[in-house]
Amino acid sequence: MAVTEHEIAGVGHSIKRKEDARFIQGKGTYVDDISLPGMLHMAILRSPLAHARIVSIDAERAQALPGVVAVVTGELLGQHNLAWMPTMSGDTQAVFATDKVRFQGQEVAAVVAEDAYTAHDALELIDVEYDPLPAVVDPKKALEPDAPIIRDDKDDQADNRCYRWETGDKSATDRAFEQADVVVSLDTFYPRCHPSPLETCGIVADVNPVTGKATLHMTSQAPHAHRTVFALVAGLPEQNIQIKTPDIGGGFGNKVPVYPGYVAATAASLLLGKPVKWVEDRSENLISTGFARDYHMHGELAMKRDGTMLALRVHLLSDNGAFFADAQPTKVKAGLFHIVTGSYDLPAAHVSAEGAYTNKAPGGVAYRCSFRVTEASYMIERLVQNAAYELGMDPAELRRKNFIAPDKFPYESVTGFVYDSGNYEAAMDLALEKVGYKELRDEQKRLREDGKLLGIGMASFTEVVGAGPAKDYDILGLKMFDSAELRVHPTGKAILKIGVQTQGQGHETTFAQIVASELGIPPEDILVQYGDTDNVPYGMGTYASRSTPTAGAATAMISRKLRDKAKKIAAHTLEVSEDDLEWETGRFFVKGAPDKAATIQDVAFAAYTNHPEDLEAGLEGSHYYNPPNMTYPFGTYVVVVEIDEGTGEWKVRRVVAVDDCGVRINPMIVEGQLHGGLAEGFAIAAMQLISFDEDGNCIGSNFTDYLLPTSWETPNFETFATVTPSPHHPFGAKGVGESATVGSPAAYVNAVVDALAHLGVRNLEMPVTPARVWEALQEARSGS
Amino acid sequence: MEITVTVNGEKTEADIEPRNLLVHFLREDLRLTGTHVGCDTSHCGACTVLLDGLPVKSCTVLAVQTDGRDVTTVEGLAQNGELHPIQEAFKEEHGLQCGFCTPGMMLTSAALLEQTPDPTEEDIRWALSGNICRCTGYMNIVKAVQWASSKMKAEATDSGS
Ligand code: FES
Ligand code: FES
Repeated sequence: MAVTEHEIAGVGHSIKRKEDARFIQGKGTYVDDISLPGMLHMAILRSPLAHARIVSIDAERAQALPGVVAVVTGELLGQHNLAWMPTMSGDTQAVFATDKVRFQGQEVAAVVAEDAYTAHDALELIDVEYDPLPAVVDPKKALEPDAPIIRDDKDDQADNRCYRWETGDKSATDRAFEQADVVVSLDTFYPRCHPSPLETCGIVADVNPVTGKATLHMTSQAPHAHRTVFALVAGLPEQNIQIKTPDIGGGFGNKVPVYPGYVAATAASLLLGKPVKWVEDRSENLISTGFARDYHMHGELAMKRDGTMLALRVHLLSDNGAFFADAQPTKVKAGLFHIVTGSYDLPAAHVSAEGAYTNKAPGGVAYRCSFRVTEASYMIERLVQNAAYELGMDPAELRRKNFIAPDKFPYESVTGFVYDSGNYEAAMDLALEKVGYKELRDEQKRLREDGKLLGIGMASFTEVVGAGPAKDYDILGLKMFDSAELRVHPTGKAILKIGVQTQGQGHETTFAQIVASELGIPPEDILVQYGDTDNVPYGMGTYASRSTPTAGAATAMISRKLRDKAKKIAAHTLEVSEDDLEWETGRFFVKGAPDKAATIQDVAFAAYTNHPEDLEAGLEGSHYYNPPNMTYPFGTYVVVVEIDEGTGEWKVRRVVAVDDCGVRINPMIVEGQLHGGLAEGFAIAAMQLISFDEDGNCIGSNFTDYLLPTSWETPNFETFATVTPSPHHPFGAKGVGESATVGSPAAYVNAVVDALAHLGVRNLEMPVTPARVWEALQEARSGS
Repeated sequence: MEITVTVNGEKTEADIEPRNLLVHFLREDLRLTGTHVGCDTSHCGACTVLLDGLPVKSCTVLAVQTDGRDVTTVEGLAQNGELHPIQEAFKEEHGLQCGFCTPGMMLTSAALLEQTPDPTEEDIRWALSGNICRCTGYMNIVKAVQWASSKMKAEATDSGS
């Protein structure tokens, strides 16, 4: 599609964001900013133990504290059939524990009080007697026959196995391995981490006692899906539920699930007839809401001596916590992990996965990730580097040899994906050129001679985003289409309502730019709305980089539909036939007589004042877009690190990132997304870790223990683009919010491993702390 | 306890519980909700305000400690309807995404520029290291501070000549 005139500032222009004006003046409205008359405050009591039977709960003293309005327990919720709720993976999760607690931090009861301080005071007055049980914290041990059973609430559950899943061709893979000259394997653990958006989760539940209408202001990345879940869980009629999602302080997958606090606050408001606010604190956020990753992986790559890849075999064990709550499409159990063949033309592959219940928080959310593609990308990109060492080849050259060639797209992978487009070599070559790869390898060699450590790591990732085609993708049965509704007003201004939900991605700007390109209405004349289920069309929300591929496409489609209608109106007002008209951004003109024209604004006015008799009045409509395929963004990241041998500290010297996300709507915003993702990738590689002691106590329950990078540690990024438009998306875009978190962790870790590779080091586990590097160095040296 | 505090140039008298945190006084009592809460361990800086011109984490200050003192929140950054250069800068350099860290980032930056009008990248990164941002990767925030620095210097030269 042609880039629009600059005055229109449509797709391709780095215009400043429309949403910024309120944020820079402190005038955003986040959930915690909402205060309603008569509003009560809820605080949640959580289990101090990871696994224990609840003997009794005595709330009498709490109830007696002045200012306390009610104490909510699981028993009370049970009376309204609300003690359990469904998870996004079709399992069940306790809203408040009634039989036993299954992870530290699990919700046990809540206090509703006149103010938040009193609610928290009263928590200390609730007496809960627990009968401790042995905690299961290791997923491997969880699957042993004598492990204590965590989910004894489920009749059909005789062990701690959560699921089993496999895909690919096992016998073809086995055969290929038998014929291989070289097999390289890697055991690695992608540790549990937490998305930690700066705003925690919360809700202001306002159930009107007279009308029964429930207005729920909540931190939701998927308001419509949540409305339907609420209707199913609470048995409320769906027309009486309105989810309103105001400004969201970051999501990154953390705000996709429905949490017990939302349900309890809604129940409390329903029972008390008053608005109830619940906003979790950071510790609650870290110990109880959706974690990410926690995959123990074993991968093997079979190759010919010349580096030709023959087959890939991966087995993974996921630690799912106490409830299987992965946010993922129904038909898959390990998300889209089977994209693990990555950017390579692999003739055979087999992926097997199993999950274990443990006494840890549930989650498995897609943290800046399209359903486990992050773990997949990490596995293959780490494996390829080790394969290069084994073969004595340059890692870039081994990649080049095995990339899916540009003329092979659309490419059907052996695990069942149809890659829409790609040009991997071009992206890699640009990255190598920008970073000065050859010179760096020379420098590395020189430094090694002096005993100094320089590492060059790369990742040439392929993503799969934009869930998704209705035939393959649904969540709890809801197909993963998305929507847009566009109304052009008589004065030529417009309002666009979308089914996806911004959390900082800039939808108010980029979606206006899409309409601008298609209809020629300037972005500043278009109001973009989202996040109010009474107001915007049904959609599945924003996560897994799906906004642009789905609702972005819907926006283009509805704009085109309106343009078709506009043409009829223009023909009518200009008194010519439709065939005589030509469109250029913003106006129709008569072929051969360019001065005889009607602007989109003229047409909009006519749509309400002078429309043809055989046509409905108005210029508005909606479109539900069912994507024909996923989109497949890709790129190459190169990271250069220097290591201090004395301390094991590693310092990032360069990060060069080449991304191909197809057509970029607003390059400035795309770059901002990439910076954010490259920083998150660094965070995960270097420091972010949620771990547990043997009793199931969460280590990482606050920002003292769960380390997040600040401006001081975070490196600078050099970002570049190649553009391979998606062939099936209406304007060739692909989705980009997560590429860098998906692709970059392997590049960072590969860089540190590369610095030590000549000493025989082949693996370092994330987070790659200075201590781990130092130990690896000592071990390598003592062994040599 | 009775206190008198000047918030964004306006003298305010209040009767507050000794244990109330400044951030709650600002957000709940004065309804200045631009100051955010992102943690409970003084790590994130989302709650940063200026106390007598210096950045403090308002979740770690008792409201009563501000008696007789001067507090500036994000709502007080613009003067006479004109944005502070740091506000313009964050928009110009795309230094914000979700906006949750932004008020704290801008106040810390404004205080830095007051003391160090021409900061190096290292100065900026160090000054901001008590403010966490989960969205931007910090690079554009650094650029925003540099942008504001240039603008403020240009303005100072203009008004000085
Ligand atoms: S709220 Fe995090 S430092 Fe104050
Ligand atoms: S812009 Fe979202 S936390 Fe900084």
